[in-house]
Amino acid sequence: MSSVAAPAPQADAKRRPNWLDDELWLGRLLIAPAVVYIVALVGFPFVLAVAYSLSDATVGSTSLDFVGLRNFAAIVDDPTFWGSLRNAVVFTLVSQALVVVLGKVLAMALYRDFRGKWLVRLLILLPWVAPISLGSIGWLWIFDPVYSIINWSARALGLFGPNTWPIWLGQPDLAMASIVMVDVWRLLPLATVIILAGLSAIPQDIHDAAQVDGAGFWRRLFMINLPLVMPIMLVALLFGIVFTFTDLIVIYVLTRGGPFDSTQVIASYAFFTGIEGGDLAGGAAISLFLFPVLVAVAILFLTVARRAEVA
Amino acid sequence: MATVETRALTKRFETANAVDGIDLAVREGEFLVLLGPSGCGKTTLLRMLAGLETPSAGEVLIGGRTVTHLPPRARNIAMVFQSYALYPHLSVYRNIAFPLAAVGMPRHEVADKVAQAASMFGIERLLERKPRQLSGGERQRVALARAVVRNPVVFLLDEPLSNLDAKLRTSARDELQQFQRRLGTTTVYVTHDQIEAMGLGDRIAVLDHGRVRQLGTPLEVYHEPADTFVATFLGSPPMNLMDDGPVSCGFRPEHLLPREAFPAGDAVVDIPLTVTRIEHLGADRLVYAALEPPHTRTRVVCRLPSNVPAPLEPGRRYDFALRPGDLRYFDRETGLKRPAAPT
Repeated sequence: MSSVAAPAPQADAKRRPNWLDDELWLGRLLIAPAVVYIVALVGFPFVLAVAYSLSDATVGSTSLDFVGLRNFAAIVDDPTFWGSLRNAVVFTLVSQALVVVLGKVLAMALYRDFRGKWLVRLLILLPWVAPISLGSIGWLWIFDPVYSIINWSARALGLFGPNTWPIWLGQPDLAMASIVMVDVWRLLPLATVIILAGLSAIPQDIHDAAQVDGAGFWRRLFMINLPLVMPIMLVALLFGIVFTFTDLIVIYVLTRGGPFDSTQVIASYAFFTGIEGGDLAGGAAISLFLFPVLVAVAILFLTVARRAEVA
Repeated sequence: MATVETRALTKRFETANAVDGIDLAVREGEFLVLLGPSGCGKTTLLRMLAGLETPSAGEVLIGGRTVTHLPPRARNIAMVFQSYALYPHLSVYRNIAFPLAAVGMPRHEVADKVAQAASMFGIERLLERKPRQLSGGERQRVALARAVVRNPVVFLLDEPLSNLDAKLRTSARDELQQFQRRLGTTTVYVTHDQIEAMGLGDRIAVLDHGRVRQLGTPLEVYHEPADTFVATFLGSPPMNLMDDGPVSCGFRPEHLLPREAFPAGDAVVDIPLTVTRIEHLGADRLVYAALEPPHTRTRVVCRLPSNVPAPLEPGRRYDFALRPGDLRYFDRETGLKRPAAPT
């Protein structure tokens, strides 16, 4: 019995492939899924977009001819493209400025202890866990020209006179304000939670010391609290910029870029040109303009991450 | 400089009173130590003096003025935290300057004051550094400089030495006392370390369960403990207690000596005992023993200085003794001190 049992573990050890013990190969194996994912879903489409943007690809044909920079030349001459770029920048900057300020205010409010705090936290997190498209459809009804709950409520409260009836998604300025509002609604929870985490990481002693040292609320906020939360607020801001600058869903559901392209952004213009308009080459060229912005954000991200490591 | 006073000061947390009706009067320029085990309410008491904690009841007076409901910045106090609580993103200079900037002092005056405070603690060459580039001792000095820079009327110190290593702690204790004597600022100092308390305090308030058990000079609380808690909290090893009818008799380990160490004619109380264990600490020997009849069998410790060379062995019975004047009496029921033995 014992003579049979003894060699078994040895055989097991031999049978186990020894690359599992090799850190080099094990490392490669573990990182492989991430590499495959990035190559297949980010790298390949990116190369494809570059190839399309230099070609005359359309939805209707299988032929593909190299046309050089003709697509880019056409875009530079296209006033709608420049409008989209400007809209994208305005949309991103305004909504993210609001998100950071409101996120900070909310985080500070939620940092204190009060009754029912968990319920408030849950409600604030809700927009983030709800699917964006469903949330946007909800807002579509809120902004509806006939049924808008905003308009009816304002009229019932006497805020709107008999001749005031804004068409939220139908007037250029209001349409931009509306999509900014929805984007803020959607991204505020994430920013709040990130900033709240940063706020909780500051030791209570620091707050106490600042109080004893005679600093009032605003001095504590601007001299102590904000500088200490700043690195993590920057992370929230960079996330927000990426999400907003590349966002298509909110605009697709609410305005489709209208009225008169007043809410057209680069992502939506690329989609409407390339997919709905069938001009794959043109759409690819437009979408490539997202690239420099996202590269800049990525570099900032890495810098922040490294500074946080050093500190 | 100012007096600090609390009247029936109480802080109620959900389950119990952290501070339970404390009346305390700190004299002008005094160094008062709040001493007690962890959870005795000493830090909560200090935070109420600072205004960081709102009392559930009672009053706080600083310089004769009621400040119970004033925020910390209206009290003109300075506090040094156990963690030092330096602002990590500000240089040492700006850390020290922070309390001055908060009261809107002009820039050149701030520079003068910071330079003064820095030279007082010998940290002039550190002014451009960030707190994370400093050693523990340096951080402690910066925290003290930040506390003294705007001439507060009261210093509140929350275990400021507990993050230093043992060697540094001794020298820091010395410096702390010197600078307090020089400035003459009323100081309230929280610690659980009785050596710090004995060495630093003009008076010590011994706290337990949110109450002051005794308030007195270091010698008073050591030699005349008000109750068995104070008697057994202070001293290392603490006071020995033995039951004798309705009273507990207490005596300090250093007072119990071999019978032959006393002159033959002296009136002494005989304490026969059996040695169980001996610890050699260099300057002293700690002798663990069990009392023998006529006393109730109790474990006691005695501290023999190295100039009492009596040969002792574990397991053997010896005749020890102490002077009657070194005995303290406590009521067995209440634990409170009694004037003398019942007859």
